Amino acid sequence: MRVPLSWLREYVDLPATETGRDVQAKLIAAGLEVESVEQLGAGLKGPLVVGKVLTIEELEGFKKPIRFCTVDVGSANGTGEPQEIVCGARNFAVGDKVVVVLPGAVLPGDFAIAARKTYGKTSHGMICSGDELGMGDDGSGGIIVLPPEHEAGTDAIELLELVDEVLDIAVTPDRGYCLSMRGVARETATAYGLPLRDPALLDVPAPNSFGYPVRVGDPAGCDRFTARTVTGLRPDARSPIWLQRRLQKAGMRPISLAVDITNYVMLELGQPLHAYDRSRVQGTIGVRRAEQGEKITTLDGAQRVLDAEDLVITDDRGAIGLAGVMGGANTEIADHDEEQGTTDVVIEAAHFDAVSVARTARRHKLSSEAAKRFERGVDPQAASAAAQRTVDLLVLLAGGTAEAGVTEVIAPSAPRTIAMPADHPDKVAGVAYGRETVVRRLQEVGCDVYGQDSLTVTVPSWRPDLAEINDLAEEVIRLEGYENLPSTLPKPPAGRGLTERQRLHRRVGRALAGAGFVEAPNYPFVGEQVFDQLGLEKDDPNRRVVKLVNPLSDEEPALRTTLLPGLLATLRRNDGRGSHDLALFETGLVFHPRDEAALPARLPAARRPTDEQIAALDQALPEQPRHVAAVLAGAREQAGWWGKGRQGDWADAVEAARTVAREAGAELIVQQGQYGPWHPGRCAELCVFVEYADGVAADGSEGEIVVIGHAGELHPRVIKALGLPARSCAMELNLDVLAEAAEGTLRAPRISTFPVATQDVALVVDEDVPAAVVEAFLRDGAGELLEDIRLFDVFTGEQIGEGKKSLAYALRFRAADRTLTVDEASAARDAAVARAAEVTGAVLRGA
Amino acid sequence: MSAPNKSYDPVEVEALKPEEIERMRDEALAAFVAASDLDRLQEAKTAHTGTASPLALANREIGALPPQAKAEAGKRVGMARGAVNKALAARQSELEAERDARVLVEEAVDVSLPHDRVPAGARHPLTTLSERIEDIFVAMGYAVAEGPEVEAEWFNFDALNIGPDHPARGEQDTFFVDAASLGAPAAKDADGSGVVLRTHTSPVQIRSLIDREPPVYVICPGRVYRTDELDATHTPVFHQVELLAVDEGLTMADLKGTLDHMVQALFGGEGMKTRLRPNFFPFTEPSAEMDMVCYVCRGESVGNPDRPCRTCSSEGWIELGGCGMVNPKVLAACGVDPEKYSGFAFGFGIERMLMFRHNVEDMRDMVEGDVRFTRPFGMEI
Repeated sequence: MRVPLSWLREYVDLPATETGRDVQAKLIAAGLEVESVEQLGAGLKGPLVVGKVLTIEELEGFKKPIRFCTVDVGSANGTGEPQEIVCGARNFAVGDKVVVVLPGAVLPGDFAIAARKTYGKTSHGMICSGDELGMGDDGSGGIIVLPPEHEAGTDAIELLELVDEVLDIAVTPDRGYCLSMRGVARETATAYGLPLRDPALLDVPAPNSFGYPVRVGDPAGCDRFTARTVTGLRPDARSPIWLQRRLQKAGMRPISLAVDITNYVMLELGQPLHAYDRSRVQGTIGVRRAEQGEKITTLDGAQRVLDAEDLVITDDRGAIGLAGVMGGANTEIADHDEEQGTTDVVIEAAHFDAVSVARTARRHKLSSEAAKRFERGVDPQAASAAAQRTVDLLVLLAGGTAEAGVTEVIAPSAPRTIAMPADHPDKVAGVAYGRETVVRRLQEVGCDVYGQDSLTVTVPSWRPDLAEINDLAEEVIRLEGYENLPSTLPKPPAGRGLTERQRLHRRVGRALAGAGFVEAPNYPFVGEQVFDQLGLEKDDPNRRVVKLVNPLSDEEPALRTTLLPGLLATLRRNDGRGSHDLALFETGLVFHPRDEAALPARLPAARRPTDEQIAALDQALPEQPRHVAAVLAGAREQAGWWGKGRQGDWADAVEAARTVAREAGAELIVQQGQYGPWHPGRCAELCVFVEYADGVAADGSEGEIVVIGHAGELHPRVIKALGLPARSCAMELNLDVLAEAAEGTLRAPRISTFPVATQDVALVVDEDVPAAVVEAFLRDGAGELLEDIRLFDVFTGEQIGEGKKSLAYALRFRAADRTLTVDEASAARDAAVARAAEVTGAVLRGA
Repeated sequence: MSAPNKSYDPVEVEALKPEEIERMRDEALAAFVAASDLDRLQEAKTAHTGTASPLALANREIGALPPQAKAEAGKRVGMARGAVNKALAARQSELEAERDARVLVEEAVDVSLPHDRVPAGARHPLTTLSERIEDIFVAMGYAVAEGPEVEAEWFNFDALNIGPDHPARGEQDTFFVDAASLGAPAAKDADGSGVVLRTHTSPVQIRSLIDREPPVYVICPGRVYRTDELDATHTPVFHQVELLAVDEGLTMADLKGTLDHMVQALFGGEGMKTRLRPNFFPFTEPSAEMDMVCYVCRGESVGNPDRPCRTCSSEGWIELGGCGMVNPKVLAACGVDPEKYSGFAFGFGIERMLMFRHNVEDMRDMVEGDVRFTRPFGMEI
C-alpha cells in the first residue's frame, strides 16, 4: 500500500513539521512494515507553470518531427510575451493547456533548464511529460495536456501536487484494513494520539425496494451486496488532476473517470467496488457459484473456464464477473473515447468470503487489487459508505444523478465478541499494564469493551483478524510498544546436552577435517542421468528417487540417493578453478522412497492427531538416512623440500571410512567389493556387524553383517563421464547404520608392565587372499598373549612365485603376570601361523 | 698375577724407579694434549691407560717388591695413574665439547621451512556457526532437535496454523514432492502429495511438542528449502536455527531476554541487544520481527555521517528474523493445553548471519564448496 503523506493528512491533523520519515518510524513501532519513504519532486525547482499553446510550426528536414511552438505562460516569464519552445512531442494542439518549465528551473534528477539552441531555433524552456516531472509513467509517453479550466501562468508544482512523500507499506496478511487510507490513518491517529476523521462516516440513505434488483443465491459466499445507480454521466467527463494524482501516487494508473472513482474509493475505504455499464447489464444481478465448465471473459481479455467453487456475479445471460476478483468484459464501462460512452452505471459494493476469493484467485492465477483485499478481509460495514462515496463522486465529477433506489442484501450476522481476562495481555507480555490501559488500548483499536476482571470485547468490523485472546493481547502490547518490553530469562530444567548421535555427527566432521578433508555441503538435487554416469545397474535401488513437482531446473528434478553426485561436482568445480589437490567431505541426508507408501491424510489442525495418525504421516515420507562421503583427487601429500609428494589413492578413501568408524566406536569390516562407481579391482565394501534389535534369531545368531558403503578408486568410465581428475577416489557410507554398530562404553585396557617379546613372520599366500583375513586368523591362533599385530610389508616377486604374495607381520607378545620366555613367545607365534595356514593356506616363508 | 718373590733385588726393578714413573706419566699427559680429536684420544687412552700400557705394567711389578718398598712404589704409581686418568677425563670432555659445538652447528636447519605436507582440512562455516549457536542454548538447558527434510504438509503448514487457504501458504515458495515417486498411488485431486521439502525448521518444533511433555526447550537447526534461484543474496537450500520454549508462564519478556542473551553470547560485549517490531506470522501471536544492534558500530553510526557503517547501512540495527509467542492454536494442534502453557519461538537464517558476521559478500561463496573459501574457517567459528 502506497500512502501519500498529503492524503494521509486529510484524516489526521499531523503536526506540519512531521516528515515522512517521522511517520514511518511511528508506524513501524506500531507494527506496520513501512519499507520506504519516497520523496516525490525531490530537487524540483520552478518556474513550472501552466501554458496555453498559441502557435505550432512544424520544422522540416529533421530525422523526427519537431515543432516550434509559442506558448502563453502568463506573467511567469516576467515579460508576458509568448514563450518560444521547441518540442518533439505531437499529442497536443493549438489552444491546449500544457505544463511549461522555464529557464532557471530544475527538474527531478538534477535536470537544470536553460535556454538552448536546438534544431536551428532557440528553445526557452520545455513542454513537459509526466515522466519528466517524476509523476510516474502514465503509459502515454506524451506530454501532459491539462483540463482547459486552468489559467496560463498558474504554478504547476502546486497544481500537480508534485512535491510529496509516499510511504510504501508491506501489509501483512492479518492487516487487510491497512490496504486503505482509512486503515493507515487509524493507525497513524493512534500512534500520535490524535483524533481520526473517519472517511467511512457518511450519511447513507436507508435501503429500499426500488433499487437495482439483486439476488444473492449464496449468502455464505456473499453476505452483503449493495447496489446503487447513477444516471446521466457525461461520457466526456475526465478525472480531475487531484484525483489522477492521488491514484498515481498510490501506484495506480488513471483510466477513465468512473473506473478512477471506484479505484479511488477502494484506496480510501478499502472496499473494492465494481461499476457496471447499466445498458450492458440484462436483468437481475445475481451471486451464485459457477457451473463447472462455465466460461467468462474477464476484463483482462482472458477467457476463463470456471470451477464449481468459483463465486460469480451474473445477469440474465450468465456470468458477468468473478466475484471479488475481476469483472467481466461484457459489462465493462466504456471509455470516453468510444462512441457509445457510458452514461448510466450500477455500482456494486459487496462483501465476499475471503477463502472463496483466495481460492478463485489462486485457481485462475489472477491477482487483483480487489482479490488482494478480500483475501485479507474487508470491512463489511463499509460497503454502503463506499457505495455512497462513489455515488457522490460520480455526481460531483461526472454530472450524474443518483437514483433514489438503494439495494442492500445482507445476511444477518452478530458482532463478534471475545471474552478475555483483563490481565491476559499482562501475562503474555510479562508486564503489568493494568486493566485501564488494556481497555483504553483496545478501544483505540476500535473495540467495545465491557467488564472488570473478565472483559467482553466486541471487535470492530474491519478487524476480522481479531479472533482470539492473544490477538487482543498483541494489540495492547504493540500499542504500548514492543520496545518497552523488559528483558528476562526463563529457567529451563537442567538439560542433558547433545545426544550421542549429535555428538557423533560433530566428531565425524572434526575427524575428517583433522585428516585434511574440507567440508562441502551440496544441494540435494540430482538428475537421473547421473546414475548412468555413475555406472549404476538398471535395477540399482539408488535409481529409485523422490521427485519434485516443481524443481528449479528440469535437469535436476530428483532428490539424491547418494552424496556422490553433489560432492563430485564440487570436486570438479574446485579442480576447474585451479585447486588440484583436493580432499572433500560431506555429511547429509539422502532420500529413498519406501516400497509402499500411502499419501498422508489431510488431518485437521484443531487438535493433536493420534499416535497412529502421526505414524501414518511419517510412513508417507521417504526414508532419510544420514550419509557421510569423502572424495579425493591429486596429491594427498604434497611434494616439498622433504621429498616427493604422494597421490591420493584408494587406500586414503578406505582410511577416511576407518576414521569415521573409529569416531563411531564401531568395528569396520573392510572387504573386497564391486559397485558401480568404483574401479572393480579397487573397491572396498564397508560392513559392520549390527545386533538384531529383537534379540537372537532362530539360527542362534545375534546380529548380521550389513554393507554400509563403499570406498576406493573411482571407475575410469565414471571419471570420464563426470569429467573428474584421473584416479579420483571416493568413500560413502551410511552413518546411521554405522552408529548402530557402535560398541558402547569402552572398557579400559589392562596395561602389563612386563617386557614385550617380538616375533616377525612372513607368510606366503595366494594373491587373492585378503590380508585382513590372514591377520584375523593370526590373531585367532596367537591366543591371549598377543598384544598387537602389524602388517609391515607386502611383497610379490619371482622368489615368491607367480600368483603369490608374501605378507610380513610383526607380532608382539606380552603376559600380564610374568616375563615371557623365548619358548613361550615362539609357541604362540607357531600357533598363530598354524591357524592362518589351516584357513588361508599360508606357508611360512623360507620354511 | 705373579706370585710374591721371596728373593728380590729392588735395584733390579728398573720400571719402578721414580724417574721412570714420572717419565711414563709425562708421556701420557703429553699424548693426551697432542690428541686432536676423540679418535686420537681413544688411541692415546689405550696406549697410556690400557692393560699393556707402561703404567699398568709398572703397577704389576709392585707385587714383586719387598714389603718395605711396596708402599712407596705403590704410592708413586698410584699417584701417576691418578694424574693420567684425571688428565684423560679433562681432555675427553674438552674434545667432546669441541665436537658438540661443531656438529650441532653443522646440523642446524632452517626452521622457517614450510611443512604443508597434508594441507589442513576444515569444516564448513555454516556447520560450525550453527553449532556455536546450538551450544549457547545447550548451555542454558535446551536440547537440540532434528527432523526430516522431506516433510508432511501437516507438520510444515497445518499444525503451524497455516491452513490450506491461509494467504501465507501461497506465499511460501514451496517445493512439492511428486506423489508417484514416493511409492504411493497418484493423488486423487489437485491437492498434490501432501509432502514437501520443509520450508522452515518449524515442523521440528511441532514434532518436539508432539513427542515431549512440557516443559519443552528445544533448538532446531537444519536445512530448509524454498524455490528461489541461486544468486548473490538467495539460495534455494539454506539453513535455519529455530528455538522453541513451552512452559508455564513464559512471556514476551522472556523471549526478549533470550534473544538478548543470544546476541551477547554470539557477538560479545557491551551494548549488544535486540529490538522487536510487531509483525505477523500465522504460528505466533503476538508476532515480531527481531533486529539486533549492529555489532560493528553498536549504533554509533546513526545520524553520524562522519562514521558511516557499511554493515548496517548506518541504520544501527541489523534484521535477524521472526519471533513471537507460540500461537495457542499451534499448542492445541500438538496436544498442549494453551490454558496451562505458553511459549515463545524464534527463527533466523544462518547464511544471513554468516554474511554479516564474517563479511561474506556473495551467497554463492557459501554454496559452491570452494576450498579456498572454507579452509580459513578451520574447525570452529
